[in-house]
Amino acid sequence: MGKILMKGNEAIGEAAIRAGCLNYFAYPITPQSEVSEYLSRRLPEIRGVFLQAESEVAVSYMIFGAAGCGERIFTTSSSPGISLMSEGLSYIASAQLPAVFVNIMRGGPGLGGILPSQGDYFQATKGGGHGDYRLFVMAPSSVQEAVEMVMKAFPLAEKYRNPVMILGDGLIGQMMEPIEFPENLRSEPTNKDQWATNGMATRNSDKPNIVKSLFLDPDELNDHNLLLKAKYERMKREDTKYEPYNLDADYKVLIVSYGTMSRVCRTAIDNMKAEGFEVGMIRPQTLFPFPEKAISDAASKQSCEVVACIEMSMGQMVEDVQRCVLGKRPVKWYGKCGGDVPTPEEVIYVVKSFLDKNKA
Amino acid sequence: MGKTFKKPEALTDEHTHYCPGCTHGVIHRLVAEVIDELGIRGRTVGISPVGCAVLAYNYFSFDFQEAAHGRAPAMATGIKRVRPDLIVFTYQGDGDLASIGMGEIIHAANRGEKFTTIFVNNAVYGMTGGQMAPTTMPGQRTTTCPLGRNVEEVGMPIKMAELLSSLETRGYITRQTVIKPKYIIKAKEAIKKAFTYQLEGRCFSLVELVSTCPTNWGLTPVEAVKWAEETLLPYYKLGEYKTPE
Amino acid sequence: MTYEFNIDVDRCKGCGLCVTVCPKKVLEISDKVNKKGYYPVYQARPDDCIFCKACCLMCPDVAITITETVKDTVKQE
Repeated sequence: MGKILMKGNEAIGEAAIRAGCLNYFAYPITPQSEVSEYLSRRLPEIRGVFLQAESEVAVSYMIFGAAGCGERIFTTSSSPGISLMSEGLSYIASAQLPAVFVNIMRGGPGLGGILPSQGDYFQATKGGGHGDYRLFVMAPSSVQEAVEMVMKAFPLAEKYRNPVMILGDGLIGQMMEPIEFPENLRSEPTNKDQWATNGMATRNSDKPNIVKSLFLDPDELNDHNLLLKAKYERMKREDTKYEPYNLDADYKVLIVSYGTMSRVCRTAIDNMKAEGFEVGMIRPQTLFPFPEKAISDAASKQSCEVVACIEMSMGQMVEDVQRCVLGKRPVKWYGKCGGDVPTPEEVIYVVKSFLDKNKA
Repeated sequence: MGKTFKKPEALTDEHTHYCPGCTHGVIHRLVAEVIDELGIRGRTVGISPVGCAVLAYNYFSFDFQEAAHGRAPAMATGIKRVRPDLIVFTYQGDGDLASIGMGEIIHAANRGEKFTTIFVNNAVYGMTGGQMAPTTMPGQRTTTCPLGRNVEEVGMPIKMAELLSSLETRGYITRQTVIKPKYIIKAKEAIKKAFTYQLEGRCFSLVELVSTCPTNWGLTPVEAVKWAEETLLPYYKLGEYKTPE
Repeated sequence: MTYEFNIDVDRCKGCGLCVTVCPKKVLEISDKVNKKGYYPVYQARPDDCIFCKACCLMCPDVAITITETVKDTVKQE
């Protein structure tokens, strides 16, 4: 299949179908409503399930129910909607159900705005809901990558029996780009008979499966949390992904940036390179698990004087970057909220000023 | 049949954690009997609520999901939409269904989701220790309305069967009780009807069951039955509020 | 055909609902506690039982069962 031009939101919807997920529940919210609109047409054509729920709270539990009986399921929403789903995410993570959530981030807090933002980094990677749980979080920087991440999200969710979140931003959702749906990312749901409430007769069993998150016995709850923790550690070992950029050069500044913001940084890096000023970048593709070692190693390079975290928030990922750099180099932050994406010129200016200040 | 009586297969041997005289046990048994009689145990998924019945899966011998507070109808919707061949029921109390889960139940009923809700109304929050519920009676004392429910402040108790039957969508909505054998027989008929409508793919079905909570009412089980009959039944009138015919 | 009335003493929580619904006043609450610490019900006047099942219907704990004894003996042989 050749490349086709598609809007990010529609491509995300189509990618889920191509991955083998024919079930979708959602509630309308800007800037991602096109996913629902697209799927409301597309899913009935292929005998899939489309349902517009009464709220995002309900969506998250429809997802719980469907995932709990072993069916592939996904939803899309934007920041305030994800806040409402956060209760459900905590339950889904505890009950160890595979499901895929897409957050096309908009500005916050509160109603915020409807333009692109990366203000939900904490919400996605540190919780949102209550208790010790983690989401597997991937952040695309192009529509093509969003497509591939959505397609990879289902087998990953099933591998870990854990919700996977695709953290995009308004630009990824609204932008049109040429894309291709990779045939080799189509996958089949794995065997759920061990745990799913898919009906005892379905799996020829006399033993009921219970999907639950209540553990009243303190030892049992501690064990359950240890099991979850072991799973999160395994994610770190096996599925941390990042893209290095210009790391072979003797860069003076290491940028850490993700999603749409990293594309701007890439242009800035290219422009600076043309001037003979080397800047490297690590672009985390998974935000949890976070590329801790890669950032630590890249920051430790002899030539590196400053680490700059550039994000469309008031400084969220920078805390993780600091954690990885561990004081070996100064870690600076630059960011913007409100929807204006910083320009390459702006990035060049701040990167150089970080270096100057560091010297002064 | 006849004069014999035994524990239905759809129940496990586990002894329940419910207080003496709590009618949850009766309702569990009725649901289990109906599931046995319809021969659907192998394709039934129950959903337990947050409330005293959260551990219901310990007592039923088929698949179960445990809900967050009030969200069981959304979960049932999720299951039923992706696996219409499964028989799904939610088991919910009054705080769960009529307070925190009001939105979920109304919309599920209004969409005509093809699952069954067993709604246990005993006019009080049980598991959290006897707080006021949306169905607490005027003047009824609870731990959060120690002087009795003041309707000027918190309004009148909600009649869920009436409220849900006002929806235009086709459905089966009935209110029964399990406080005496004569009512129990009718309650079981209603539960069977509700599951049958689901099996036929006809409509959403809800059986409200006026129940007792001797512990949190501060009464003996026998007194609780009397109080329910004298105080709850005149307000929560029994009957079929809506049929899909 | 004969029937056997059986109370699972340790399932019983002594709520006494069955006592009130028995039309023949067969049941009474025992003065000996069971394993769980409840005073269970027992058949004070078993000969009066008409196997109407009112107690079985009422019992929240499925503590009361009635079996056909004839069939049982056949099985045992």
